[in-house]
Amino acid sequence: MNDPIQRPLLVIAALIAALAGLLAPASAQDNAALVQRFATENFGEIANAVNALATSGSERASPVIEALRDSRLVYRQGDRAVFIRQADGSFADAATGAAADAGATRPVRLNNNVRRAIEAAMGALTLMHPDARRRAAAAEAVFKSRDAGALAALTQAIGQERDTRVKRLMEEARAAIVVADASAPDADRITAIGVIQRRGDQDALAMLGSLPANTTASVREAAETATATIRRSLAFWEAGQNVWYGLSLGSVLLLAAIGLAITFGVMGVINMAHGEMVMIGAYTTFVVQQAIRAIAPGLMDASLFIALPMAFLVAGAIGVAIERLIIRHLYGRALETLLATWGVSLILQQAVRSWFGPTNREVTTPSWMSGSFEIGNLAITANRLAIIVFAGLVFAALLMFLKRTPFGLQTRAVTQNRRMAGAMGIRTNWVDALTFGLGSGIAGLAGVALSQIDNVSPNLGQGYIIDSFMVVVFGGVGNLWGTLVGAMTLGIANKFLEPYAGAVLGKILLLVFIILFIQKRPRGLFALKGRAVE
Amino acid sequence: MMLTRFLFEKIDRAGWIFLVLLGLAAVLVPVLNLAVPPGSAFHVSNTAVGLWGKYMTYALLALAVDLVWGYCGILSLGHGAFFALGGYAMGMYLMRQIGPRGVYSHPTLPDFMVFLNWKELPFTWWGFSSFPYAMLMVGLVPGILAFVFGWFAFRSRVTGVYLSIITQALTYALMLAFFRNDMGFGGNNGLTDFKDILGFNIQSQTTRAVLFSLSVLALMAGYLVARAIVTSKAGKILIAVRDAEARTRFLGYRVENYKLFVWTVSAVMAGIAGALYVPQVGIINPSEFSPANSIETIVWVAVGGRGTLVGAALGAGVVNFAKSWFTGAFPQGWLFALGGLFVFVTLFLPKGIVGTFTEWWRTRAAKREPPASAAAEQPAQ
Repeated sequence: MNDPIQRPLLVIAALIAALAGLLAPASAQDNAALVQRFATENFGEIANAVNALATSGSERASPVIEALRDSRLVYRQGDRAVFIRQADGSFADAATGAAADAGATRPVRLNNNVRRAIEAAMGALTLMHPDARRRAAAAEAVFKSRDAGALAALTQAIGQERDTRVKRLMEEARAAIVVADASAPDADRITAIGVIQRRGDQDALAMLGSLPANTTASVREAAETATATIRRSLAFWEAGQNVWYGLSLGSVLLLAAIGLAITFGVMGVINMAHGEMVMIGAYTTFVVQQAIRAIAPGLMDASLFIALPMAFLVAGAIGVAIERLIIRHLYGRALETLLATWGVSLILQQAVRSWFGPTNREVTTPSWMSGSFEIGNLAITANRLAIIVFAGLVFAALLMFLKRTPFGLQTRAVTQNRRMAGAMGIRTNWVDALTFGLGSGIAGLAGVALSQIDNVSPNLGQGYIIDSFMVVVFGGVGNLWGTLVGAMTLGIANKFLEPYAGAVLGKILLLVFIILFIQKRPRGLFALKGRAVE
Repeated sequence: MMLTRFLFEKIDRAGWIFLVLLGLAAVLVPVLNLAVPPGSAFHVSNTAVGLWGKYMTYALLALAVDLVWGYCGILSLGHGAFFALGGYAMGMYLMRQIGPRGVYSHPTLPDFMVFLNWKELPFTWWGFSSFPYAMLMVGLVPGILAFVFGWFAFRSRVTGVYLSIITQALTYALMLAFFRNDMGFGGNNGLTDFKDILGFNIQSQTTRAVLFSLSVLALMAGYLVARAIVTSKAGKILIAVRDAEARTRFLGYRVENYKLFVWTVSAVMAGIAGALYVPQVGIINPSEFSPANSIETIVWVAVGGRGTLVGAALGAGVVNFAKSWFTGAFPQGWLFALGGLFVFVTLFLPKGIVGTFTEWWRTRAAKREPPASAAAEQPAQ
């Protein structure tokens, strides 16, 4: 402001503003009168000024009240002129919006009373906003504030509203005002309670729980019945939500564990490097996306479909290499295999850390995987849904593969009785290598899915490996259905325990449960039976 | 009498070398550290005393693991839990010794409890101001946990990989539990800022040298106990369980009782190791429970030689020495080296350093005098 060139410019601007003020129609004078009421220290007056401005229908109402909300409304003490401080530090006349030289000003102050008035006023103002989302938000704001002053604006807005969803919200907001108004006729209030009951969420409960003191018994009774109904439906939806989250977590566990279950089932080998295969799958997604960004940015939405086969091949190839180089030499020594694969996992982790750095890598979510929709009160996000569907597809494909192909037949034969299968002419070591590759490849696929919901870092696999073990020992080996049941049970149990016990304690309880469960069924839920087991 | 007979009959040559070297270290290291002036070539630096004192407790832990893995075939991926529990028992005693010298100067409550706004000591902390009680807990807490866990697991015949996985689940669950502030064990930060032990300043070099000697003595005692167990008749049954569990059971032995016994002894040993570890490093926190730590212990045993006892202790020293050197020289390289060690040892050195050396020594001796009595004491697996 001290810039010598700026000052004359501002004077000219002020002159133009003054001229504009003279030539403006009568409404501008009204605006000036309305706006001038803000130039006071009295909070009650400021709140009244907000109400007066909001109900005047003036086009200056929205910017002035917004400025007040953001503490950008100032006034000059001498002539009680009110200004809006712009984002760049310059001032504009509050009544006209034209640039103005404010001089020494003091801010119009806020207290909670004024803030409430602002909130209600903003609610009423945006009820007519051209953007449906803004209108919906405004209706919500009125629902929460139950400001009777908004009733007129609301009724007018309902009459004009075309969007059914927004219209419903507005009707709920109007019902909230009626219910909260002790002077309204009982019949109207009971009808309004019906509207709020249909809304049926926590806000509706809060609304019905805070009826004014002088409410008649019949209205109270209706409110109590409605509350009970809402509580029942909320409990139902909460259970539904838990099942949904549980299925989503279960799918993640299933994806991470199913490859482990195959290698464990067929070869009796616990692959401690399995988590790193998942991690490699996630990093493959990252590399594929980098390549797409460089070569063909238009294909970004399809990047996951390119990453899937790549991740399968990369992780599968590493799996086959591990089997040929290390595990092959350790057959019959299950515990040693566990140690060797742990060593491999350390090497892979450190290799990725040296290569890509220890920090998280950014993986883009394709547009079709973001967003969400609602079924009843259930919010369903697209990425969770995609992972559940994907886990289901992988499971079905694997099941078909093992049941319907010659390789699947050989794999199952080796699982049941290795020596007999060998005697029948099955190349068991060839089956071993491919099975290990298959298990690792599926871990790679899991990595592509997990890259969408988790941080892609060298430690990605570590977070899942213990959970995957739990799924496998709980479900039992050699049976994919066992893995499915195990993953879903643990996923859903986890989500049902979380609200009561908290995430960590819930997990501890599950671990203890599995430790106890193993005592009862030392070979898991669906154990293989027969002589080959020992 | 009994002891001398035991010493002369049951300790093999490697054991004698081991015991003599440890005995020398227990006496000489404190002398060379405290009496010899720092400039001298024979001076042992304070850092070295701290470092090797820590390795001695690791060696005791490795001995405990070898007892169950090398002689009974139980691959525990959760021995770090017993180690940490022993450490926490010691840590709690040391916390109570701080008394009113904490940051908040509260007469009884440790700092973190004052910070969490707790009004009184939770029952788990009762009695820990008494040294004998704390020492009792060092053995009892891991011992009872191992006994209960083993009672269920061995009776239900949970074996092999399944047992390994649930021991891992055990230590993982404990880690998550100890991370919680509500548990009353300091949560994330664990227990630290210790002042003194039995009235001696824990920072003073004399205390540290004594702690070193005590660790060495504990390692020697641990070795003698383990050796006594594995050379006894029960020890033969343990080896039979390791090599053919079903067959041993069919011969009429109560396999689960033998396993339970050695499992519990091993857990107590690990607890004692933890209790000696904490005053030397000055902190105990929940990361000691992390499954990766327990697995690392396994590699010490594998490197040194599974089923040799001496090898386990040696492996702990060698691997940790390498770790200290590597993390100083090539910080990036340590995980590569450790991972490579796992793979290399399991593939090419299944008997570890001591096992391989003993074998070589025996075949050489057998060549010299043909009627050799090559006592089979190596794992058959």
